[in-house]
Amino acid sequence: MNPEHSTLELRGITKRFGALVANDHIDLQVKAGEIHCLLGENGAGKSTLMNVLYGLYRAEEGQILLDGAVQHFAGPGDAMHAGIGMVHQHFMLIPVFTVAENVLLGHERALGGLAGAKQKVREISERFGFHIDPDAKIEDLPVGVQQRVEIIKALSQDAKVLVFDEPTAVLTPQETDELMAIMQQLRDEGTAIVFITHKLREVRAIADRITVIRLGKVVGEASPESSSTELASMMVGRPVELTVQKDPPALTDNQLEVTGLTVLDAIGQKVVNDVTFTVRGGEVLCIAGVQGNGQTELTEAILGLQPKATGSISLNGHELLGKSVRDVLDSGVGFVPEDRKVDGLVGEFSISENLMLDRFQGAPFVSAGTIDRGARDEFATEKLGAFDIRAQGIDTHVGTLSGGNQQKVVLARELGRPLALFVASQPTRGLDVGSIEFVHSQIIATRDAGIPVIVVSTELDEVVGLADRIAVMYRGGVVGIVPADASREALGLMMAGERQAATAEGAAA
Amino acid sequence: MTTQQPVDAQAPTPVETIELERAVVKHWKAPISYAVLTLVALILMVVLGRDGDATLRLASRGDLFALPDAVLPARPTGIVVVILLAALTALSFWAAATVRRLGIWLPIVFGLLFVIGFLSWSGAGAMIPIAGLLFATVGLSVPLIFGAMGGVISERAGVVNIAIEAQLLGGAFTGAVVASTTGSTIVGVLAAMVAAALVSMVLAVFAIRYFVEQVIVGVVLNVLITGLTNFLYSSVLTDNPALNSPERLPKLPIPILEGIPLLGPALFRQSIIVYAMYIIVPLIAWGLFKTTWGLRLRAIGEHPLAADTVGIKVTRLRFWNVTLAGAVAGLGGAYFTLDSNGAFTREMTAGLGYIALAAVIFGQWHPIKAMAAALLFGFASALQQTLGAIGSPVPSEFMLMLPYIITILAVAGFIGQSRAPAASGKPYIKQ
Repeated sequence: MNPEHSTLELRGITKRFGALVANDHIDLQVKAGEIHCLLGENGAGKSTLMNVLYGLYRAEEGQILLDGAVQHFAGPGDAMHAGIGMVHQHFMLIPVFTVAENVLLGHERALGGLAGAKQKVREISERFGFHIDPDAKIEDLPVGVQQRVEIIKALSQDAKVLVFDEPTAVLTPQETDELMAIMQQLRDEGTAIVFITHKLREVRAIADRITVIRLGKVVGEASPESSSTELASMMVGRPVELTVQKDPPALTDNQLEVTGLTVLDAIGQKVVNDVTFTVRGGEVLCIAGVQGNGQTELTEAILGLQPKATGSISLNGHELLGKSVRDVLDSGVGFVPEDRKVDGLVGEFSISENLMLDRFQGAPFVSAGTIDRGARDEFATEKLGAFDIRAQGIDTHVGTLSGGNQQKVVLARELGRPLALFVASQPTRGLDVGSIEFVHSQIIATRDAGIPVIVVSTELDEVVGLADRIAVMYRGGVVGIVPADASREALGLMMAGERQAATAEGAAA
Repeated sequence: MTTQQPVDAQAPTPVETIELERAVVKHWKAPISYAVLTLVALILMVVLGRDGDATLRLASRGDLFALPDAVLPARPTGIVVVILLAALTALSFWAAATVRRLGIWLPIVFGLLFVIGFLSWSGAGAMIPIAGLLFATVGLSVPLIFGAMGGVISERAGVVNIAIEAQLLGGAFTGAVVASTTGSTIVGVLAAMVAAALVSMVLAVFAIRYFVEQVIVGVVLNVLITGLTNFLYSSVLTDNPALNSPERLPKLPIPILEGIPLLGPALFRQSIIVYAMYIIVPLIAWGLFKTTWGLRLRAIGEHPLAADTVGIKVTRLRFWNVTLAGAVAGLGGAYFTLDSNGAFTREMTAGLGYIALAAVIFGQWHPIKAMAAALLFGFASALQQTLGAIGSPVPSEFMLMLPYIITILAVAGFIGQSRAPAASGKPYIKQ
């Protein structure tokens, strides 16, 4: 056997879900001591491939080789035993367990019980400077620390190959930098690392090799020295405009004023804490921050979905707080919810039905208590064309559409009536690049029509691209509101709760 | 631009936990519940107060030493109790207003006072055997406790166990028939466990293998086993009494311990099945929180995918633990026919399986707490029986409601939000 063989080799992996070919004869080699980036769009098949590698899915064709030997994984237990560790995109941690219990789970005998697991956590924690208390409960830890627990879990099994599946999605820029340092340290210790991502910046910063996949197929290898534009066009398959084109804002008199807004959750925590800001017509205010710092609750409060909200939300002089969702919608608020499948659409309904979902009262769609199908279908047909919704027809079930087309249906509905305010929460999450471009252009068009626009996003690139001003949220409060040209470092610090950065930037602005 | 967050000069260290600022939330549920109960006590014990003395007999035969009878004059006792209850209620309101936490002692003391007042009121002019009341409490709680243990194990593993009723009933029937035919009560007990485990397996197969809605399967099983045992009872057992006359498990008094006044007879003059319960409940509690079995069991009930990614066979583990849950509940079934009753009768579990399920939730999916909840219910039932026997002033229909009212009050008024295992009721579907 060749001593130069790869630590991990995938040969011709093919995985189908029904008619969909998620992975089509994918080959991949990863050597010890290298970081191999797997770059691809959402839905390109990266996660499927890794789930095959990890034994969660069974591939229809192909082989997995470790150190040159063919492996047969019946389940994740086998993969782990063979030396494959995985840091999952959605952490595989049990929230009510402690750190040590999570590390112990599944390896009770090998680790020598809870005491052994605690010892192991301390050892690994010390090696990487993690400062993790083995007795801390997972649900009490910030996401960045939870991710380190995932890494400890993998390392406690002496993983030779470590897979990071979209690990930076939930991190602040600073946490991302720290994670990259950890990955480099692991590489230098001889671990083979597979790094799955769609973020070009990170790939270029850290990759030793890059494999690009698109629509389930390997497109080719790219050099780590490639420019972002080159990588993006390789990933998407055509030249891509990475920046959002927009003119300077033309402010109008419309405005949303939020004053002293506080939202309590069920147990009395201030999930939104005394938030005050103003959005003028014709500008985009982006709300940046790490997921779970009150952004969701803030947008829901504007729409009237949060029962325990105090303060004031005034749209063109009319108070919205305390009104029913119906009244808020009727006063011209368009809302793109964070999770389109759960809150934005009814999957079992057709496109035309979803497009009139919030207009079941009166003209033009309802007369004398019955739906005017003619009006409904005419509206749907028009929107299908205007929003470039790729579907067989207006009767197609929304649940069968791709994420991008689903989001277009939501946008078509929310932008399809006269608006006084537009709120979009994570409007491009999980979308392909083409759809992202479309959504961005619609948001900018809405802004240019003189409507105040609020966009909540955890993706810093999107925030910087869309915003005229950026408000950063941290633990329910707004740390600061800065101009769109604020530095990435400053935004990152603000996302971690530092206010000095905000004031410094504010003073500079 | 506004925030009231305290801001550190340095970036937060990763070890700190997420602490959001909290608004002051005042919880009025408990004080209001106390106030309502105090009002009830006021109406019963003072406004509708009765004259005469209630004699609480604390001693029973065989005690190491005899406690004297407690003689409570009904009306004065009622007045004192109501004053004390009002004081406790006021304390509770004060604690709620100033956002203070009072210990678990408050509901316990409140409950004891209420019970003493209620006993003296309803037993005015009569004698209430307290030792007998406690004995009945344990007796009525045993099937509930076993049922609740079955519920705890199953739900901790992620399968909602509405079918406790069916497991109890199936166990009771099989225990009676097998013990009668073999002539061995121990074989009867084992058969009851096997029968209940089989019922549980049906639930497990449909819930785990075929992803059928677990509540539906459970309810269907309850109806099925009720119908099946009714049919077999009327078509087979009534014509062949020999099949339904098992020997009963002998009472095995434990020397010395049985002589403890009040508690001795209730706890230590019982059959082997009750003694088994004393071991099984702590064993389950220890197992759940201290062993590999428990760690894995809780993991598959909280986050089965996470358990799967560390190589735990979720489906298999769920299946066998749901089966085990059935076997434990089967002991409760055996208790009906082989200990308390001595023969099978139609629908003899009378909905106790559902109460056991309530005890699971009331007990926050913890074996010891669930046992306490089951004992509370058992006490309410025993109280109803005892007061019925001495001729209570309350109509017997109302007395029959007592255990359920207490359960509802306890769950709604005094227990905070309890959190179920996160994946309980959700099938684990692999690609």
